[in-house]
Amino acid sequence: MRVQLFATCLVDTMFPETGEAVMRLLRHFGVEVGYPAGQTCCGKPADSGGYSGESRKAAEHFISVFEKTDGPIVIPSGSCASMVKNHYPELFNHDPVMRQKAEVIASRTYELTQFLVHVLKAHEAGFSGSGKITYHASCQLTRELGVREEPLMLLRSLRGAEFVPLAHADRCCGFGGIFMAKLPELSMALADEKVDTILSSGADTVTGCDHGCLTNIADAIKRRGAAVRVKHIAAVLAEGLK
Amino acid sequence: MSTSTSGIPFRENTVPALRDKILRAAMSNATETFAVKRTDAMAGLPVEEWREQASALRMHVLDNLSDYVDRFAENAARAGANVHRAKDSEAAREIVASVLKDHRIGRVVKSKSMVSEEIHLNGHLEKEGITVVETDLGEYIIQIAGEGPSHIIVPAIHKDRRQVGKLFAEKLGCDYSDDPAVLTKVAQKVLRREFLSAKAGISGANFAVADSGSIVLFTNEGNGRMCTTLPPLHIAVLSIEKIIPSLADLPKFIRLLPRSATGQMITSYLSVITGSRKPGESTGAQEMHIVLLDNGRSELVRGEYREMFKCVRCGACLNACPVYRMVGGHAYGSTYPGPMGIVLTALLEGMERAGSLLDATTLCGACGDVCPVKVPLPKLLRKLRESRVEQGLTPKLEQSAMAGFGKIVKSPMLFHLGQMAGHLFWPIATKLGHSAGLGRMPRPVAKTFRERVS
Repeated sequence: MRVQLFATCLVDTMFPETGEAVMRLLRHFGVEVGYPAGQTCCGKPADSGGYSGESRKAAEHFISVFEKTDGPIVIPSGSCASMVKNHYPELFNHDPVMRQKAEVIASRTYELTQFLVHVLKAHEAGFSGSGKITYHASCQLTRELGVREEPLMLLRSLRGAEFVPLAHADRCCGFGGIFMAKLPELSMALADEKVDTILSSGADTVTGCDHGCLTNIADAIKRRGAAVRVKHIAAVLAEGLK
Repeated sequence: MSTSTSGIPFRENTVPALRDKILRAAMSNATETFAVKRTDAMAGLPVEEWREQASALRMHVLDNLSDYVDRFAENAARAGANVHRAKDSEAAREIVASVLKDHRIGRVVKSKSMVSEEIHLNGHLEKEGITVVETDLGEYIIQIAGEGPSHIIVPAIHKDRRQVGKLFAEKLGCDYSDDPAVLTKVAQKVLRREFLSAKAGISGANFAVADSGSIVLFTNEGNGRMCTTLPPLHIAVLSIEKIIPSLADLPKFIRLLPRSATGQMITSYLSVITGSRKPGESTGAQEMHIVLLDNGRSELVRGEYREMFKCVRCGACLNACPVYRMVGGHAYGSTYPGPMGIVLTALLEGMERAGSLLDATTLCGACGDVCPVKVPLPKLLRKLRESRVEQGLTPKLEQSAMAGFGKIVKSPMLFHLGQMAGHLFWPIATKLGHSAGLGRMPRPVAKTFRERVS
């Protein structure tokens, strides 16, 4: 099987090791991974800011890059995957040709854990892990894509690690894209509250499917001076490969 | 509709709220309690089906609103009510004031009504020399504290019992107590005297029934029923979209509204009031007036934000909102706070005033999930952000940044240059005042993922 990886701009720019973890994971299951080099950003920051003209440009670019490829498109981010799956078609409501293209792209798109569980049955593979791991359920992943169980199935399958639930796991961490820059005090207060629940969980590692949230959480953990590690789920799983 | 152009300073309002430990604890406890009770009250029930039905019915009403308003007005008049139509807030306030003045009434008891807040009724009546006594306990508390409601159904949600105890001791001269039962007794004693001597009562309405001309009130304290039945004159103020076609539709909302609002199966009191007291009836006001407020709604229900007017004012979206539960309702600087409040304020008061409120959402989607009538709040919030951009009401710096984004996102080469510039200038950029925003992000790497894989 061959898939196309959309790494996301955050991974490309700030967290390349997560991209490498995704590659290792997919290849472990015998999947060939293509990386269309023209990819940039899905346009989510513009879209949620209300700049639909700019988000449409991002969508047009994304579609032009990925329509030249075949097979599933895998995205290690709930918010970017939801942008492509749910928002792209709506951006072209007045353009039937583009709308059709957007729908084709949307139907090929999977968030990483969706792909790992539903296509690769990775939760049955028996990754190994260690320590106590808890999980933050990011907003678009949970409420727009409906991906609630998949990350938990993967984390619970880690041999040697203990999964501990997080109170209010699906409550927003306060990242919100442009929100964190426009209302930083509120954003930090929300992240602080998230850290309270993480510390109460007793976990030594917090994971999630979105680097946006994880960045915000990591910053709050640093401010708190706590020793909890923050890792993308791809990194947690890739470390457990033999 | 207000045409005030001074924008609400939302960010500035949040700073004191975030520092207020009592408010933070009170908000967190109360919203948490309501959210848990709501979930428990809905467990195991076909809630999704109920929401679909309630949503479809509300949409049907909005699609035929002017017909339903006419039908309601006709049937309410037939039942003996005097029906007034108010085009805007000013007209609605004037109607209420003139009815009271015609009866030479200088003091009036009032049960909770958000529409009365929308039209700023109390302030206007006070100016006309009419004293208004709020009789909902929460409303009474904030009235004597000189504040407005901070939640649409729990107006004093931001206060704790110690604050209320101090307030009562100071304003009512009673002994200090922070026991809610004692404080409730204190208020009950004061308010009972008011009910018994009142010559007029003002209420809102949760619903208005087109084919019977009835208004429906969901209340918990009994004050609503006292306000509407004890005084000889009752004035109900409601907005036109509250109409449902028939009494047979009411159960669709009885099962959803209290569950969504407070997690109750049903409220303690449910009043259906059909016109004034008829010969042979033992209770009810001898004279009833109904003020139907439009305030732009006739137009708005035909526009692209029409779904907002399905709202039944349960407050579930407030309790679910991470922003609201952190800062409370006063930070929104508007009548209606929280997710539904942002949308309503933008629609009723205009973007220049409400623009900053559109920042007060992470678009997390929690509000949409809990809405009993499926108002697509996240979608409406995002659409309003688009409208704010189209009206040029976002900061200039943000506009240029987004225009730049639109250019580089189409060009892998420019995008890569942007990443490199980000890496190089990050230390300077984060020093230039954005340490709390962008500065919380890690520095862009020297070698991007793309460079590593290719």
